[in-house]
Amino acid sequence: MNPTMSSTGPDSKQAQRKAAMTVLAHSAAADIAGRLAAIAIPKHENLREPENGLVMMRGRVGGDGAPFNLGEATVSRAAVRLASGEVGFGYTLGRDAQKAQMIALCDAMVQSVELSGEVEAKVIAPLRAAVNAERSRKAAETAATRVDFYTMVRGEG
Amino acid sequence: MYVAVKGGERAIENAHRLLAHERRGDRDVPEVTLAQISEQLALGVDRVMTEGSLYDRELAALAIKQARGDMIEAIFLVRAFRATLPRFGATEPVNTGEMLVRRRISSTFKDVPGGQILGPTFDYTHRLLDPQLAEGFVPEQPATAEASQAATPRVTDILGRDGLIETSPQADSNAPVGDLTREPLSFPADRDLRLQNLARGDEGFLLALGYSTQRGYGRNHPFAGEIRFGEVEVEFFAEDVGFAVPLGSVELTECQMVNQFKGSTTEAPCFTRGYGLAFGQSERKTMSMALVDRALRARELGEEAGAPAQDEEFVMSHSDNVQSTGFVEHLKLPHYVDFQSELGLLRKLRQEFAEANQAVELQEAAE
Repeated sequence: MNPTMSSTGPDSKQAQRKAAMTVLAHSAAADIAGRLAAIAIPKHENLREPENGLVMMRGRVGGDGAPFNLGEATVSRAAVRLASGEVGFGYTLGRDAQKAQMIALCDAMVQSVELSGEVEAKVIAPLRAAVNAERSRKAAETAATRVDFYTMVRGEG
Repeated sequence: MYVAVKGGERAIENAHRLLAHERRGDRDVPEVTLAQISEQLALGVDRVMTEGSLYDRELAALAIKQARGDMIEAIFLVRAFRATLPRFGATEPVNTGEMLVRRRISSTFKDVPGGQILGPTFDYTHRLLDPQLAEGFVPEQPATAEASQAATPRVTDILGRDGLIETSPQADSNAPVGDLTREPLSFPADRDLRLQNLARGDEGFLLALGYSTQRGYGRNHPFAGEIRFGEVEVEFFAEDVGFAVPLGSVELTECQMVNQFKGSTTEAPCFTRGYGLAFGQSERKTMSMALVDRALRARELGEEAGAPAQDEEFVMSHSDNVQSTGFVEHLKLPHYVDFQSELGLLRKLRQEFAEANQAVELQEAAE
């Protein structure tokens, strides 16, 4: 953590960016594009052309010990700069470089004082609701498979 | 040794054309889509991702389609694809303790905190072929229940609180994490390299080795402390961004094997452990991996080590099915020159044998 950051300003902005990135990474590219179509996209340029690559995914020995290399995953990344100066980054699992580009654009808008309200309300919030609904659905299905043990006492029944 | 042979280009080209035709099969039968493979042959996709050592469902599905369902060929294709992309770095280690659990069982504690959650499993099915599935079967919607907010701690964490199980080895900040895709294997290999090797190792090979430990070749009294499957978040520290960025989530299976205890005059006895982790829902793979991981710790734990599953050089040198198939299948390639020299030698030996026998017969006849 950067010690020059105050405990509220930049840190909470970073937390907000990370929260938005999480929602976007979990959303389908078509859904992000659908939401972005509802807002005015600010002028921007590509700082890093969208590209595909790999990351080595790490686990931990025993789940909580020293790290080891589990295997790779495909990722895409991009970076954009708004005409107003904000630089946004997009990273996501998979080979959809356009998704990374859209995440970068959203990240830049989240950092913009003028645009963050709108992108939060019209892009991130509805996507978050969809991601959470999907999670709840899976959690409810999973919960139905929880075992309720009852003990048979010898001599009864 | 085999040598390059010229000629046969047209035969090869036509053979590949015939392969493409056979791959497609009867053209009156609809072509299988990648989405169908990914959705309906999901566990096959999981295996190709795990042993191909690349998490990408769509690519694994394509590999299975291209390989006509030959899993090792598909794994080979995925491994080869890896080489075409740059590596941006390594992720933060995933936290399986915060897994969004889809399945979680313990064979050691009935009342494990968070509960026994069966999830989608073949366990307790009757293993009878279901003719309904042959065509047009529409399954019921899954049952739902109120989701619990209770945490699902790892069983090993629960045992660890009372010191009943050994703690996991912690990172040595001076030692980089071993990576066998970057440096060739050397022995003895540390646990990080062994786990990487086992994680991409052939499921059948590890299954047989794990089974061999149960049958007595390096017995280590295992209990399936916990098996869990679900979604885990992945984060990557991106230099340009300045913090660990979320990449999304992956499905992983984890197996914590709880094994025979060990103690000494200076240390109280406690259970030991073996660990398995793999992409997707790969239960048999992670269980086998955990058994073999534990077996490979024999020397570290001061156990007699004579069984195949305890021999790290043997295990690690033969676990990779892409390497294995490469060496076994290279026997199909032209070895004409080698074989001609062997043939020449054999003819010479036979001639010498015949001459020697003739001499003996002549001598016997003369006496």
